Amino acid sequence: MSSAALGRFYEDGEVVVHQGDVGDSLFVVQDGLVEILVEEDGSEVVLRTAGRNEVLGEMAIFEHLPRSATIRARGRARILTLDKRNFLRRINEDPSLAFRMIETMSHRVRELSHEVVELQAALAGHGSPAEVVEH
Amino acid sequence: MVTGRIDFEGDGQIEGAALVDGSRVAVIGGGPAGALFTYFLLDMADRVDLKIDVDIYEPRLFAEPGPIGCNMCGGIISETLVQNLATDGVFLSTDVVQRGIDSYVLHTDVGSVRIATPNDEMRIAAVHRGGGPRDVTESRWESFDHHLLENAVERGANVIHARVDEIGRIDGRPTIKVHGGEPRAYDLAVIATGVNTSLLKSLEGLGIGYLRPKLTKTLIREYLVGADEIGRSLGTSMHVFLLDLPRLEFAAVIPKGDYVTMCLLGEDIDNALAETFAAAPQVRAIMPPGWDPAARSCQCLPHINVHGVDKPFAERVVFIGDSGVTRLYKDGIGAAYRTAKAAARTAIFEGVSEGAFRDHFLPVCRAIQGDNRIGAYAFVLTRVAQRFRILRRAILAIARDEQRPGRRPRLSGVLWDIFSGSAPYGDIFRRMVDPVLAVRGIMALPGVLVATVRGPAAAVAANPNPRR
Repeated sequence: MSSAALGRFYEDGEVVVHQGDVGDSLFVVQDGLVEILVEEDGSEVVLRTAGRNEVLGEMAIFEHLPRSATIRARGRARILTLDKRNFLRRINEDPSLAFRMIETMSHRVRELSHEVVELQAALAGHGSPAEVVEH
Repeated sequence: MVTGRIDFEGDGQIEGAALVDGSRVAVIGGGPAGALFTYFLLDMADRVDLKIDVDIYEPRLFAEPGPIGCNMCGGIISETLVQNLATDGVFLSTDVVQRGIDSYVLHTDVGSVRIATPNDEMRIAAVHRGGGPRDVTESRWESFDHHLLENAVERGANVIHARVDEIGRIDGRPTIKVHGGEPRAYDLAVIATGVNTSLLKSLEGLGIGYLRPKLTKTLIREYLVGADEIGRSLGTSMHVFLLDLPRLEFAAVIPKGDYVTMCLLGEDIDNALAETFAAAPQVRAIMPPGWDPAARSCQCLPHINVHGVDKPFAERVVFIGDSGVTRLYKDGIGAAYRTAKAAARTAIFEGVSEGAFRDHFLPVCRAIQGDNRIGAYAFVLTRVAQRFRILRRAILAIARDEQRPGRRPRLSGVLWDIFSGSAPYGDIFRRMVDPVLAVRGIMALPGVLVATVRGPAAAVAANPNPRR
């Protein structure tokens, strides 16, 4: 029921934002899945996927830096855009609006820490990064 | 009575009455203000490891169609509120949103203009607050109010489906009495009843300095049209009207799932005004062929708060949503969200004393009321435009010109924010008196004068009526 949907539909493979773009908004997945990927030297590394109700693109809101990753629809996805300026104004009025975002970022830092530990353990076991990548 | 200090981190202390483990909170009214307050209160309590019990008193059954589940409202969730709820984790799915709105169409007697959202996104939600009009046999959508209340229940709230007869005080603590029951004492009473209740009058006699808000009447009608027909005629646009009809301040026609909601605001609003509006050619032009204005599914004339209360709090008592302070004419649910959250923040982090609410809740209410004062001036300007055809022509000419690619939508942005309630009135007013906008008006003047000399027929002929 597309007329009942909030946000905008993105078809499979359609890019929501490109890595390197200027970040002036963040996104909430309303339906479907998106993948977050980093492009380097012509190849892509999919970092993770995100689903319904997940907030994305928050790093560009708090840092004056280009987008660190590309967000792309995996299958048909529906995304709601939140404007950076309005969002920051609302946080200024109501700091508790940032609770959930801090929670999300904290969760991601925890996940990244876990991955770093796993990689370090793998490096210690195999001797070189190349071997880790091969595994 | 729990009075004293609470210590979350070893150095953060609350003076006076505070919620502690085992405290009991009564929320009177389970509409958006009450449900959102409960959701935020329990969420914040969880974050600081505080165990509290919340009872929500709500006699209506929001999942049911007809008066028993109806909260008498146009059912528009503003762009700002959609975004706030999304950030706060309150998800509005396609089960709740009957139609995503991506544009506004402003209709006047001299033509229409469509103003779209950025990125062509559906950024506004059209919902039914209850289970729908009385002739709904099987609702295809979940009621918005039921959805919010379920969110509060999932957080741990207890809903008591009973009408509150009396709110009193025993030993300084608020008490709640339902019909046939004994008074129950609480550590905090949150009044979120809206204004269409006699309970507020009794609260004036409680000796807490509460005086009811000033009210005006609105008229809301529902028409069963059918989803396909709505898609063809009204599309995904909210239709607003600037018509020079005596006593009419503002009118909107909102496409929902199978129904179309008509909302009127004005002086001494009544059926006669509704009939005049429904018969206007601009209204008939957007409704499906054969639409009969008399064949409505239901109608109500609820009151809305147009001047909030000066003291929406007392010791262990706080008034949120329409029963306290709300936004003038627009985005009442957005104001309910703001006051509900401010009250929850105060109760958890600052305490439930009169002083805590004065220092931390009242500023939010005052900000809304201050903005309403500016809003009153903004609405005077729209009223002036309503009276003078030449101004309506100028507005349309500028707004249409701004729809061209590359044009900065100065007036369109102002109109969008006025109609959608998406920005503070102060912000809208500042943009209204922008000199660049005045220059655009002067530049549009020659064309406007030519059209005025030719007469309304020429203007309408040159201006196809955009439906979506």
